[in-house]
Amino acid sequence: MSARNAPKRNGPRVSAASLRALAGLVALCFLSPFAWAQAPASATDPMRGTTPITATTRPPLLGNAVNDDVRRPRNYDLQPPTIPHRVDGYQVDKNFNKCLDCHARDNTAFSHAIPVSATHYVDRNGKVLTHVSTRRYFCLQCHIAQDPVRPLVGNSFRNVEAVTSQPTPQTAPSPSPASPSKPK
Amino acid sequence: MIERLRRYWTIIRRPSVHYSLGFLTLGGFIGGIVFWGAFNTAMEFTNTETFCTGCHEMHDNVFAELKSTIHYTNRSGVRAVCSNCHVPHDWTAKMARKMQASKEVWGKVFGTIDTPEKFQDMRLELARHEWARFKANDSLECRNCHNYDSMDFTRQSVRAQSMHTTYLASREKTCIDCHKGIAHRLPHIPPGEGPSDTPGQVVPAPDRQATAAPPASSTPR
Repeated sequence: MSARNAPKRNGPRVSAASLRALAGLVALCFLSPFAWAQAPASATDPMRGTTPITATTRPPLLGNAVNDDVRRPRNYDLQPPTIPHRVDGYQVDKNFNKCLDCHARDNTAFSHAIPVSATHYVDRNGKVLTHVSTRRYFCLQCHIAQDPVRPLVGNSFRNVEAVTSQPTPQTAPSPSPASPSKPK
Repeated sequence: MIERLRRYWTIIRRPSVHYSLGFLTLGGFIGGIVFWGAFNTAMEFTNTETFCTGCHEMHDNVFAELKSTIHYTNRSGVRAVCSNCHVPHDWTAKMARKMQASKEVWGKVFGTIDTPEKFQDMRLELARHEWARFKANDSLECRNCHNYDSMDFTRQSVRAQSMHTTYLASREKTCIDCHKGIAHRLPHIPPGEGPSDTPGQVVPAPDRQATAAPPASSTPR
């Protein structure tokens, strides 16, 4: 830009190119929400089915939780184990924790339940307590009873073992799935 | 007035002089039936749910809690009312329990638990009374419906099987030892104050944590 043109830029005369660019920007601002709104209208939401957004869906049947007491393997490291039994009506509040009736470490000799992990007896400052820490107290925040239902939304998650073993021609199960020495 | 009372008194003192023996026998018999029927009807009325939930102490606290449990609502619609669990079915034991329950009338009159706060404060003590009663009579009120001999263990979950075939079968434990708080919410049981025969558990109490924290921090394990 030359110094002669500089004062003119503050005036009403704007170049045609910049005006066109501005118009394009404004148009984009107005049109993009519509483009966004158009997309889900055509696709059917697996949770809602074909029910229009203004109508109320029919609630799905209540499941009956798995109650076979068979421990499920974890899908990934540090996953909270799922609950292999029904927990309907379990009281977990400030007065009482039904889960700990069997799973507290002191009670497992009697109940033969899986003891609560020792990490749950440590508070956030690293102090070891004689009882379950308050931050670990509400079991059902992480541990969930399972319903044998078809997933509503597809999930392509594969655990580390599956990911690392797939590219290799031999499909021998590795003893240590997360070992870095394993060839890709 | 005095004259009339005196006349009644002479009749009541020696009724056989004034009435025939047949009339007295028959009248006593019929009167006995009427009295017995009325007595038992009144006694049965105090066993109904309408009677129990007639006062707000029961209606707003324990009855409200019962409604969400399996003893009130379930798939087959068979349900228990208050007296099924809290009053013995056997007549003698029932009379004894009813006489004990006269203390509850006292409590009602003087408002022992007439606010939710008072109820929560009394709750552990009240629960302990019931636990002790169930423990003493081998959970008789449970067993009135849940008959051990009719239990098909193969239809129970693995967990329930393992408990019932060991602890219940050996009579080492009775129903209430494990099945506390199934019809009402459980109160806070302070550590070490739970009944000795239950697995028990410790709920983290804020004051307890505060006192336990300093020594724990100085000695990391």
